[in-house]
Amino acid sequence: MSKPFAITLKPGTSLANLTGTWRSERPVYLDRLPPCNNACPAGENIQGWLFHAESGDYEQAWRVLTESNPMPAVMGRVCYHPCENSCNRAQLDSAVGINSVERFLGDEAIKLGWKFAAPATTSGKKVLVVGAGPSGLSAAYHLARLGHQVEIQEAGPLSGGMMRFGIPKYRLPREVLDAEVQRILDLGVTLKLNTKVARIEQSMKEGNFDAAFLAVGAHIGKRTFIPAGDATKIVDAVSVLRSMEGEDKPMLGRRVVIYGGGNTAIDVARTAKRLGATEAIIVYRRTRDKMPAHDFEVEEALQEGVMIKWLSTIKQAGEGEITVEKMQLDDKGYPQPTGEYETLAADSVVLALGQDVDLSLLEGVPGLELKDGTVQVSSNMMTGHPGIFAGGDMVPSERTVTVAIGHGKKAARNIDAWLRGTVHQAEAKHELAEFQNLNTWYYSDAHQTVRPMLDIIRRQTSFDEVQGGLDETNALFEARRCLSCGNCFECDNCYGVCPDNAVIKLGPGKRFEFKYDYCKGCGLCVAECPCGAIKMVAEET
Amino acid sequence: MGFQTVKFYQTGTFTVGNRLLAPDERSVQADENRSNSINSGHRACQGCGEALGARYAIDAAMAESNGQLIAANATGCLEVFSTPYPESSWQLPWIHSLFGNAPAVATGIAAAMKVKGRHEVRVVAQGGDGGTTDIGFGCLSGMFERNDDVLYICYDNEAYMNTGVQRSSATPPAARTATTMPVGSEPGNVFGQGKNVPEIAMAHNIPYVATATVADLRDLEYKVRKAMRLHGARYIQIFVPCPLGWGTASHDTIRMARLAKETGMFPVFEAEHGEVTGVVKIRHKVAIEEYLKPQKRFAHLFGKHAHPETIARLQAIADRNIRKYGLLDEGGNQDV
Repeated sequence: MSKPFAITLKPGTSLANLTGTWRSERPVYLDRLPPCNNACPAGENIQGWLFHAESGDYEQAWRVLTESNPMPAVMGRVCYHPCENSCNRAQLDSAVGINSVERFLGDEAIKLGWKFAAPATTSGKKVLVVGAGPSGLSAAYHLARLGHQVEIQEAGPLSGGMMRFGIPKYRLPREVLDAEVQRILDLGVTLKLNTKVARIEQSMKEGNFDAAFLAVGAHIGKRTFIPAGDATKIVDAVSVLRSMEGEDKPMLGRRVVIYGGGNTAIDVARTAKRLGATEAIIVYRRTRDKMPAHDFEVEEALQEGVMIKWLSTIKQAGEGEITVEKMQLDDKGYPQPTGEYETLAADSVVLALGQDVDLSLLEGVPGLELKDGTVQVSSNMMTGHPGIFAGGDMVPSERTVTVAIGHGKKAARNIDAWLRGTVHQAEAKHELAEFQNLNTWYYSDAHQTVRPMLDIIRRQTSFDEVQGGLDETNALFEARRCLSCGNCFECDNCYGVCPDNAVIKLGPGKRFEFKYDYCKGCGLCVAECPCGAIKMVAEET
Repeated sequence: MGFQTVKFYQTGTFTVGNRLLAPDERSVQADENRSNSINSGHRACQGCGEALGARYAIDAAMAESNGQLIAANATGCLEVFSTPYPESSWQLPWIHSLFGNAPAVATGIAAAMKVKGRHEVRVVAQGGDGGTTDIGFGCLSGMFERNDDVLYICYDNEAYMNTGVQRSSATPPAARTATTMPVGSEPGNVFGQGKNVPEIAMAHNIPYVATATVADLRDLEYKVRKAMRLHGARYIQIFVPCPLGWGTASHDTIRMARLAKETGMFPVFEAEHGEVTGVVKIRHKVAIEEYLKPQKRFAHLFGKHAHPETIARLQAIADRNIRKYGLLDEGGNQDV
């Protein structure tokens, strides 16, 4: 071809120059495990559902959420949100209000009547779930969605277990609980109330069940010996809270002493206050920082006028009064008696000293291992007896609704695998997304939205819900505070900051790809990725 | 008023893109179909701030002029790494003549387009700080003085990098280059010399003068697009860190630009007809050491034979910028 004057070569493009050969390290996209997901006992993909909530697609957010937890409206009220305690945003300003967004999604679902998708296939297998508490309901839900036929047998007159008979109404309104239970039953789960399973093997045989999940909970209040006169009323906390659900409210008198330092003790004290007690005094043998109850609940109780006597044990209960002994902590932090006594006026004493499991249904089942009043299960939630799984408060673990829901999910997946003759393989966990993986420059300062609280007078006199919810605007704001730790949210930073155009934008929802032919390995994309979803790895030599 | 930051949509407009923003609020760089004016395969070093700044700026100018854009380029890194004969990375009509004459070449192109009646065709000229503040300065001042219809973009990396890091009149005090006492007990550039070309450009009373950094894409695009909507002589100086010349890690290019702005060392502002009309406020103010320490050209200020008094003088320069341009909000800067 003829070239212009003084031109000897054809013009070319720099694309012929593959600068990727300069590289000694290459960037790779990855998903890291957000700390919230890592901390969630129910195994929720929190970052995953917040992603949808951020764009205002609340239904999709709810659907992703309920892949793990069928009861977000309940959980958004009663969960102690370990997710928020581990949230990376806490190191920036304050943790994302995950719990309040969860509640918002749960309430939206109830308000708008969202339903679970029916299972695509049916397996023809039958599973018996014993106990309609959080763990049993969660297992039933997951088993039903996996296509199994599920029947729940519940000894009590109503579903919900400790969510109904242990958690007071002012923390969990019953219509919320009822709505979320009903939605699980709508999946085709059979619920038989007032049906106590006396012998598990017999019940399984009678109903032709292929597997069973036991979740009877721990509802026998622990007792301790207190020398007492006949006139003193001593009751246990579980009975008090349970009777709150019946027609006859418990008669505790004007001056109520609660013995114990857990969340149940707080619940009873706050309940007593609402029933009209002029004094509700918690007697606890150690100090506030050693108290197992969650601090915010202690705080709320104190606001409502509950009194707490630290470092005290009850020695004796007489007519209208009790004797307490002052304690002091020894070097190891254990309380030791001091020999100093005082008396407190008390019309009744409520023991909130923990709960035991009623294991009678397991009598005679071969292969089971019982230890410290709980059933031992292996990592797949199966007891020593093939086909019988267990979870919730009756197995050794932290006793919270969230843990129970997580047990139900985990057990359901393992029961499903067991019924198919396979072994459930949990996906390998991604590496943790830590604060130092983030480039927080890119996030605006924005503090957590504070949820409204009921005024103090109504808190002391009624069982109305104490903590309010978020509305659409501030729930959206709160969701958008999520840093999306370790998971690409398509901010286009890598696509933008590459000096070599070596990033391909694949379009909405499809993320990005590197053009390794041209990537020089400078690492700018990694440094400027807000959420830590890219890392550098050494090139093989 | 400058670019209006969207403060809260997870990352607002701090990131390049944002799926939560309306399409017309998104950046040129977030567009899958951006023009990629300077394409892959160029020979710039890893993490080159200039290559990045040039794509940011020219893509924005291309978007604003509907692709009807001609670029004249001074000699310098940008020219050498993008266009070793017969290859070129440029995806627009592009001309290189000499080190010092890019403004004059651009003036000529603009005049030719005017004569031909091609009013839709716009002209940019571009060069590094050497070609702009030293060698091409006479041509540039002439272009300003005649108010020729050219947008001149200076990519400021504070020295002659292409030829081996020699001092330019944009090199900051105390920075070590190959020609500012590379060795000895008092290495580094002297205080009190150099040129502030944005202010000199303002003294010409031209329609538009602005500064920007590669750390703030949305502000940079806003300024280029605004400049492209105006006619007459316009000048934008873009701060583009140079990993090679400054001795910084290649992944720190944007961080360094951000620190230059957040310390007050590089004031980001815009001016119309000689008057400042907008400044980008400091978001999280940091001390000058944070900016200096990662840079090997300032390494002699730290360590065993540290020069705290020199650091204090640099801090005083930053403080003066903050005062002069009003870079800090009263009562602290808040995002929301």
